[in-house]
Amino acid sequence: MDPFLVLQLALQGFLMGGVYGLIALGLSLIFGVMKVINFAHGEMMVFAMFLSITLLLWGGLDPYLSLVIVAAVMFGVGYAVQRVFVNRILDLPEAMQVLVLVGLGIIFENGTLMIWGGSDLSPKTSLALSSFRWGPVTVDVPRLIAFILAIVITLLVLLFLKKTNIGKSIRAAADNRYGALIIGVHINRLYGICFGIGAACVGAAGALLVPLMPAKATMGAPYTMISFVIVILGGMGSLIGALIGGLIIGVAESLGTVFLPSSMKQVVSFTIMIVILLFKPQGLFGGRG
Amino acid sequence: MKRLYLILGLILAVLLALPGVLNNYWMEIFILIFFYAYLGQCWNILTGYTGNISLGHALYVGIGAYTATRLAMVFGLSPWLGMLVGGLFATGVGLVIGFLGFRFGLRGVYFVLITISFAEIGRLIALHLESLGSFMGLFIDFNPGFLNMQFRGNLPYYYISLGLLVFSLIVVRTLELSKTGRYLVAIREDEEAAESLGVNTLKYKMVAIGLSAFMTALGGTFDANRIFHLSPDRVMSMGLSIEIILRPIIGGMGTVLGPVVGSFLITLPAEWTRAFFSEMGRPGLHMVIYGFVLILAVFFFPRGIMPLLTRKLRPFFIKE
Repeated sequence: MDPFLVLQLALQGFLMGGVYGLIALGLSLIFGVMKVINFAHGEMMVFAMFLSITLLLWGGLDPYLSLVIVAAVMFGVGYAVQRVFVNRILDLPEAMQVLVLVGLGIIFENGTLMIWGGSDLSPKTSLALSSFRWGPVTVDVPRLIAFILAIVITLLVLLFLKKTNIGKSIRAAADNRYGALIIGVHINRLYGICFGIGAACVGAAGALLVPLMPAKATMGAPYTMISFVIVILGGMGSLIGALIGGLIIGVAESLGTVFLPSSMKQVVSFTIMIVILLFKPQGLFGGRG
Repeated sequence: MKRLYLILGLILAVLLALPGVLNNYWMEIFILIFFYAYLGQCWNILTGYTGNISLGHALYVGIGAYTATRLAMVFGLSPWLGMLVGGLFATGVGLVIGFLGFRFGLRGVYFVLITISFAEIGRLIALHLESLGSFMGLFIDFNPGFLNMQFRGNLPYYYISLGLLVFSLIVVRTLELSKTGRYLVAIREDEEAAESLGVNTLKYKMVAIGLSAFMTALGGTFDANRIFHLSPDRVMSMGLSIEIILRPIIGGMGTVLGPVVGSFLITLPAEWTRAFFSEMGRPGLHMVIYGFVLILAVFFFPRGIMPLLTRKLRPFFIKE
């Protein structure tokens, strides 16, 4: 086996892993605070991808710029979805919660299909095909930018949760909902904001992916799955775990293509997930917030 | 109780006589109603009675469909026997998943995720095995005959699916009245308490998942021999898993009649919106409506429709 090929694949996976981490961050945040699993996560990301593509085609706005707009729009969407749908099901049995979120996933996927149609869209972006050599490996510029921006956004979200008042009350509500209520935290608004941030993370990730791959309305489900895997690996509700889990899964999937056909790369991540669930269900960083 | 059985018997008699007045389209709808009610009932055994949510039941459908079809193609084995083999195979897989999940104490969301990941691995394997037709799937040659479980027209399929449904109702009702069924409900309501009273919770949960997987696989064989084509994206997809859980949840989990009620309520409107809105030229619109119906159903009937029906109708059927 060519060691440079392996190195190349590992690097590509690592860069992709940063974006995975950002996607999973949203899921982990939502789960950590509200204890619901967002089964519409990948579908929301695809919706954001198409938003970003539309801004590119109509306004000529590069995805790296429209990222801010897309994230803001997705924040609004997430806030509304939480207040209208998710907030009502927080106390229902798990099966019912799953059903509502799966329903939301169906709505997002088919809403995207309805608005933008079912064909692949891969618009030209400014940096799409540029790359440079770095020692023995080639680095795609869009992948590198996606990685850097994803890490920066992740750190910003972490900082927001650590330092600001809203962030602190979000963490308080995640720790103890009842306690937070007693000391006067406006819990419904907070949950809305939290879901909004989760959606904004996944929206930003969607924009970052536009230069990297063609967008298709029905491609959301695998991303939902992959964010589950990452969140399980990193630990449910652990935000730093989401980032590191994303990097691990990115590299693992990419290296998986050395010995498996590339469409089977998910087998690697599902296997990792099963092993983690069995032997360390709290995840690598579970228990910490 | 007598009255209830009487009414159910009457309904069954009507359903048995119904094909005489149904055209082909309606026959198809009723087959779908029975088929999904049956699959929902199988899922209900595991999730409704033990409380462990499986979102990977398409895996067992796929195993049943592929095993029987492959055996028929290679060895010429009749699907009637092949479906038993597929069922046993699915039971094996179900027991492995169950053992891993239950032994390691995965509950709630974690159990959901492990069932999803096994189902996805199964789908990916089927998608890449040449002998299973990879992504094109398997096409079944049409050789009508009872032994091949293939028929011209919908009438025999109508009776087979109705038969499967009645079979599942009898199984679940028997289970519910048996000691095992009571243990399962006890596990659902409070696992620690059940365990502390000496119930071997692992054993009974294994029974539930094994039985559920076995019966689901039978449905898969039936489906393969009705459509004559199986592909991983049809019989092993997440979409099918969702279809399966929909009806018992709407109807009422952990009740014998819930999946049936749910299937009668959901299948027809789903079919109508599909037929009506797909003609309007917007792909996806009918699925958006479907999604909203799902969500609204949960908002208005958070425990399913059966508890409501029971409350309203109980005085009529059961004299205290």
